[in-house]
Amino acid sequence: MFFQTCFAFLIPEILVRLNKPYFDFKNIWPLDYSFFFDSRINELLANGTLGLFMLGWGIALIILGVPVLVYFFGKRWYCSWVCGCGGLAETLGDPYRQLSNKSLKAWKIERWMIHSVLVFSVVMTAAVLYTYWTGASWFFFVDSYKLREVYGAWIGAGFAGVVGTGFYPVMGNRVWCRFGCPLAAYLGLIQRFKSRFRITTNGGQCISCGNCSTYCEMGIDVRWYAQRGQNIVRSSCVGCGICSSVCPRGVLNLEVKNEKGRLGKEELIGNTN
Amino acid sequence: MKKHIVIIGNGIAGITAARHIRKLSDHSITVISSETRHFFSRTALMYIYMGHMKFEHTKPYEDWFWKKNKIDLVFDHVERIDTIEKKVSLKSGELMAYDDLIIATGSKSNTYDWPGKDLKGVQGLYSYPDLQNMEENTKNIRHAVVVGGGLIGIEVAEMLRSRDIGVTMLVREKEFWSNVLPEEEARMIGHHIRSHHIDLRLSTELKEIISNTEGHVKKVVTSSGDSIDCQFVALCVGVSPNIDWLTGSAIETNRGILVDQFLKTNIDHIFAIGDCVERKYELPGRKTIEQVWYTGRMMGEVVAQTICGNPMPYEPGPWFNSAKFFDIEYQTYGNVPNQTENNLNGFYWEHADGLKAVHVVWEKDSYRFVGINTFGIRMRHACFDAWLQSDKNIHYVMDHLAEANFDPEFFDRYEPEILESFYKTNSEMVPERRNA
Repeated sequence: MFFQTCFAFLIPEILVRLNKPYFDFKNIWPLDYSFFFDSRINELLANGTLGLFMLGWGIALIILGVPVLVYFFGKRWYCSWVCGCGGLAETLGDPYRQLSNKSLKAWKIERWMIHSVLVFSVVMTAAVLYTYWTGASWFFFVDSYKLREVYGAWIGAGFAGVVGTGFYPVMGNRVWCRFGCPLAAYLGLIQRFKSRFRITTNGGQCISCGNCSTYCEMGIDVRWYAQRGQNIVRSSCVGCGICSSVCPRGVLNLEVKNEKGRLGKEELIGNTN
Repeated sequence: MKKHIVIIGNGIAGITAARHIRKLSDHSITVISSETRHFFSRTALMYIYMGHMKFEHTKPYEDWFWKKNKIDLVFDHVERIDTIEKKVSLKSGELMAYDDLIIATGSKSNTYDWPGKDLKGVQGLYSYPDLQNMEENTKNIRHAVVVGGGLIGIEVAEMLRSRDIGVTMLVREKEFWSNVLPEEEARMIGHHIRSHHIDLRLSTELKEIISNTEGHVKKVVTSSGDSIDCQFVALCVGVSPNIDWLTGSAIETNRGILVDQFLKTNIDHIFAIGDCVERKYELPGRKTIEQVWYTGRMMGEVVAQTICGNPMPYEPGPWFNSAKFFDIEYQTYGNVPNQTENNLNGFYWEHADGLKAVHVVWEKDSYRFVGINTFGIRMRHACFDAWLQSDKNIHYVMDHLAEANFDPEFFDRYEPEILESFYKTNSEMVPERRNA
């Protein structure tokens, strides 16, 4: 709420009033897919030091901010604490969180889809930059103007906007975050492979009740891990903490600890042999 | 050699056995149940009633899982075991041959000879059909009586309160669950129950259930002579091994099916696991019948090893359990007896809000740590399991209490307050004075 109010609305509006570029300091490429569009870059470059700072800030977030913060806090620093889509999902979308599909099949689709969007956004951006530097609109065999048009209409407006919020009552409140957001995909890759964040399970205390899986908005079958005594390290987890809250037996805990042993052994405490 | 293993019962014990046998071998596996087609989590029944989950959500594995892992599920009821021919006969008339048989038939609700116990609107809560009955029996009712002060009783009370149904709880003991909990925490939970607008009547037993003209419960009469108008009665006075169906078979039973260290019954190739079991041998600090989720699961893991050619005795580690009493989570590790014992010392801390408490117990002479009850503060199983197995003393446990904390980030921590109170009442334990 704070981030959305200040960074997405207040600061950009103040900037505009001051005849400065509209800039949301917390929005990051590739979610902010137009960050590298020629019009945006030109606008920033035309605004002297402040513009350059904004450009530098945006790039720094991409290459430094994301990896470093995900390493220390997990993806939640962005998806749950900062992001506007996330904020909407956790407030307006909260009554629909149990509707996310927990099946293995949905997980497979999710991985294909979200990473495809990530690739699409990277290719589209590369094409746009190519056009920016060279002036040629044909990037290999596609028209970069056409490409950004398609991305903007289908991913930016259609997927993120229409499906992303309109389908809350059908596919849960994080449908965009889970299946589409390219930034979430990027954050998730780092969370999966290089982070101190994990959800720990508490020994042998799980009773497989299913509250955790039911209420996971990202469609993670948390119980699958908990009932086998395994830590949960999933790229999609936005660290909202609901699984830990709804667990009636104190089994789940979001923890940030040494990377060693993060995946944890598959172990249920109980038998001594 | 490939065997056919038949498992009777698809609860946590039977299913764990099936899954582990599949992990270890290529034996063919059949699981028979007449309760539900697929494994579900019995402990989650209350959440279905309360609207937190649907039945589908309580299934730990998707329906395709069983076929993929070649675990045959049969929705039928075993009526008899032919221990000589090695066959089970099913209600449908089918005879099924087995090489090894695992009995995992769980428990059934206790009912005593109360007048009126078979009236409409009177039931226990253990199985999925029980839940469906409860759904029917509690439609549009105003008041219910829960008989029994244990884990199922308080769950049923919470379920009813979630639908704004008035609840009177009759508890035979002096305090809630005081046959397990020490008096201090039993009293705290009692206060908590009352704070949820439940009419908790301690030291009170059920005497009679009285019907209306349609054979439906109208009121109950208590041992103190009070009568309480109600439209529903839940009998939650414990469970017993579900073994009546074995009467007349060659399988040896007492209160439960008697098994040796390898969970084998007196008949070769027949094993028993889970709630229906009574151990023939003693284990320190543990009862011979333990009807909890965790023991069922552990027995399932062990019997799978034995059946797959790696004979393994059932040797559970230190006792642990957990529950939730309305808003208060409870965990226990080791043994905290409900009554003071001469060789033991104890320390009890309760937060001013009456929602958090810790009770630790140790041996007077050796200071060896014996067990802990914790309420409203989550603790790490791995820590206490290790400390109990390595005979750590109470000094060590109190010095390292904060390490065991498993509460989420940003929750208040109570270790300083607990330690301050601990050293106030046990001044000789203050670290600087220990060796003096």
